[in-house]
Amino acid sequence: MTAFLIIAVLVLVAIAIWQMTKIFELSQIKSDNSEVATDKDNKYNGYLLFAFLIFIYGITIFSFWKYSKMLLPEAASEHGAEYDSLMLWSFVIIFIVQTLTQALLHYFGYKYRGEKGKKALFYADNDRLEFIWTIIPVVVLAGLILWGLYTWTNIMDVNDEDDPLIVELYAQQFNWTARYGGEDNVLGDANVRMIDIDRANVLGLDEADPNATDDIIVKELHLPVGRKVNFKMRSQDVLHSAYMPHFRAQMNCVPGMITEFSYTPIYTTEEMRQNPDVMEKVKRTNAIRAERAAKGEDNSDPWQFDYILLCNKICGKSHYNMQMKIIVETEEEYNKWIAEQQTFGKTMLASAQ
Amino acid sequence: MSATAHAHVDDHSNDDHGHHHHKETFVTKYIFSQDHKMISKQYLITGLIMGAIGIAMSILFRMQLAWPGESFPVFEALLGKWAPDGVMDADIYLALVTIHGTIMVFFVLTAGLSGTFSNLLIPLQIGARDMASGFLNMVSYWLFFLSSIIMLFSLFVEAGPAAAGWTVYPPLSALPMAQPGSGMGMTLWLVSMAIFIASSLLGSLNYIVTVINLRTKGMSMTRLPLTIWAFFVTAVIGVISFPVLLSAALLLIMDRSFGTSFFLSDIFIQGEVLHYQGGSPVLYEHLFWFLGHPEVYIVLLPALGITSEVMSTNARKPIFGYRAMIASIIAIAFLSTIVWGHHMFISGMNPFLGSVFTFTTLLIAIPSAVKAFNYITTLWKGNLQLNPGMLFSIGLVSTFISGGLTGIILGDSTLDINVHDTYFVVAHFHLVMGISALYGLFAGVYHWFPKMFYGRMMNKNLGYVHFWITAVCAYGVFFPMHFVGMAGVPRRYYQNTAFPMFDELTDVQILITMFAIIAAFAQLIFVYNFISSIFYGKKGPQNPWKSNTLEWTTPIEHIHGNWPGEIPHVHRWAYDYSKTREDGEYVIPGQDFVPQTVPMQENEEEMHH
Repeated sequence: MTAFLIIAVLVLVAIAIWQMTKIFELSQIKSDNSEVATDKDNKYNGYLLFAFLIFIYGITIFSFWKYSKMLLPEAASEHGAEYDSLMLWSFVIIFIVQTLTQALLHYFGYKYRGEKGKKALFYADNDRLEFIWTIIPVVVLAGLILWGLYTWTNIMDVNDEDDPLIVELYAQQFNWTARYGGEDNVLGDANVRMIDIDRANVLGLDEADPNATDDIIVKELHLPVGRKVNFKMRSQDVLHSAYMPHFRAQMNCVPGMITEFSYTPIYTTEEMRQNPDVMEKVKRTNAIRAERAAKGEDNSDPWQFDYILLCNKICGKSHYNMQMKIIVETEEEYNKWIAEQQTFGKTMLASAQ
Repeated sequence: MSATAHAHVDDHSNDDHGHHHHKETFVTKYIFSQDHKMISKQYLITGLIMGAIGIAMSILFRMQLAWPGESFPVFEALLGKWAPDGVMDADIYLALVTIHGTIMVFFVLTAGLSGTFSNLLIPLQIGARDMASGFLNMVSYWLFFLSSIIMLFSLFVEAGPAAAGWTVYPPLSALPMAQPGSGMGMTLWLVSMAIFIASSLLGSLNYIVTVINLRTKGMSMTRLPLTIWAFFVTAVIGVISFPVLLSAALLLIMDRSFGTSFFLSDIFIQGEVLHYQGGSPVLYEHLFWFLGHPEVYIVLLPALGITSEVMSTNARKPIFGYRAMIASIIAIAFLSTIVWGHHMFISGMNPFLGSVFTFTTLLIAIPSAVKAFNYITTLWKGNLQLNPGMLFSIGLVSTFISGGLTGIILGDSTLDINVHDTYFVVAHFHLVMGISALYGLFAGVYHWFPKMFYGRMMNKNLGYVHFWITAVCAYGVFFPMHFVGMAGVPRRYYQNTAFPMFDELTDVQILITMFAIIAAFAQLIFVYNFISSIFYGKKGPQNPWKSNTLEWTTPIEHIHGNWPGEIPHVHRWAYDYSKTREDGEYVIPGQDFVPQTVPMQENEEEMHH
């Protein structure tokens, strides 16, 4: 594949050089040696403008054909479907406008290339035309704005209806920690000033707060499928961003404040692994990894799909590797898992001994 | 020296031009010059040098992205201790990304573009002897030069240059323990930017005053070429928004050096709690983007202005919808100051505020669409002279549309959630402001080169080769990049190897890097053409593009005060190309253009308003 791409680029370069030399030859034949475009220049560059239009379409089609499959799979959250359809319609509009305007621009460049003696049309104004192409974007954008704002308001309405699971995402250079409210589903108070590394109070929980005692602190995020999750985000040092692309979810983690995001996962990790697009992607990726393994390179273990939480706000040297695995599972599996975790109270007791 | 003092001075002869009341020395002519034409060349050359450095940096980090962790001798040669055994270090990767952004946005596309062409064209196209204050203009350039030197010097400090991204969000940029680049490197970055802002403000105030006060007789605001409108409005938004960046920089300097807590609160780093309490990084984001977003238009509007002028001249047609073009420039400028929050949808600010910013942001698409359609209509039924400047103008409209359209996605708070800070954003803004503004810069250089360098013209064939390779590569780099972003790859990742889900995107990264390398080498063609044309370029006539605007009525040789004798008066707008009388003959028979200095003819209608 890489070899193919390199060859493709080299071919393009070769074409460019060939064109270059051709232009040079052409320029040397003619006697007129002014640096202002002649009819011949206009002609060749007019043709090239037309060719460029085809190139733009070509690279668009090539990219869609080649890269569409690499995009994120179907959204794994409830609001994600709405997100995806808004995205799709925006793209449809964009591509209609892009195709038409680029065609007009480059075709006019080709069609009206200059010739000696040709007369351009003195055409300075047309109120009706200008009104039309002001009003069309107004109407289209009004539609997009309304749809977008409606969706946005729904997504960003973080409330306590439907008994959401409360989870804190805690960011620091360069890892993530998750904290669950425990039995009472209420997070205990916390502040970085209460961090006590020696006693393993790494998130700065208020030991005197009874809500904190049953909190559960983990390094792997488990979520029950079908239940709304309200995330409360904190950072202890610099800005981070909790990016969960499969759920169409992202929110910055800001030192000094608690930010929020909420979504409902709708597919378990197992279900997502059975998604045909995901299976294809895993297959392709593992083929690449097998190739690497054959060459004895690193980073070649076979991959199994998992949801992932990435840091998406530049945060320092290891920003590129700040991640946490997310596991969406059935309610029973989740309950079983959470029951096995140690509570904050127990950790404190253990460290006191 | 007062510019008006030259109003009555004649240009005696060709060989002793420039020697008026006083003798010019090398220093006053080439270094501490107060002549706008010389200052514009100083801006251009400084900007191009900075541009070469910025582009070279991008090639280095593109190589790292395509071939992560691979050893390259060029890394070792250029990065030294930051690339042990030729493998790029993660810290220097971030530094390269940061300085690339800073240099390209501020030093190349703000100072290099606006500084060059505002200085060159404002006095020449409005009919003024010079800027309102030649001295402030000189100070403006030298502050810019000083800030460039400090920025370059910061590359050599021991702990490395600033590396917190070009937006330098605190706390990362405020805490030296968070990142080595946030030590001396960041201090120098902030000092450099503070000086840069001072330079920009001096320049902008000068442009505004000059445009308002020094227009020649007959040059009403509605007869100004669109270049001047663009520079004027750009200067206005610069004056409104740059001071806010200065306040952000000052507060950040105080947080860093004097222990204040404007942007910092509740921080625990490297095993200890810091004393900061009560500040908010979100405040910094607001202040930064209050400039940062208008900055996009500070970069773009001059390019659009240049395109309007170059396109109309070369299409041999008036720009379509002159008044609508002015209205859309003003609308864009106004809206640009109230959309900054679209960079912050997921910063933790109130989501309702996000709704407001979505609304204002998508509104900006309307004047932008009007501009795009007007450009296309300007080409319609033209007699297009496809000079290199014209091709770059057409290229600008193309990338402005392609890049602008994806803004509809990013400006929508909902859709922004999942593409925010991914390569989708990188692809979007590089096309719409980076490439478009660079095309504007190139269009301007090819078009006004004869005006800058004493009638010499750049080689058109090299210009064509430069354009076509650049145009193909620009799309080759940034079109596929949208897909990388939609696959979820975050920007500012040193490598994507930590996530198997990104494995198959390596091929795309390689393709992008190949195009980027070719594009970078294609710029050498421009550099060669530029330098050799300064010395050996063919001399063209006084008005090589048969243009209407006033700058082509000045003599080829530069003189103080621009015009020997009286400043010409203006009798019409700048776009009477191919205007015909009722009998179908051109207004001036045999000539398809009517310079602004030509009085209205008998039976001629003033058709544009």
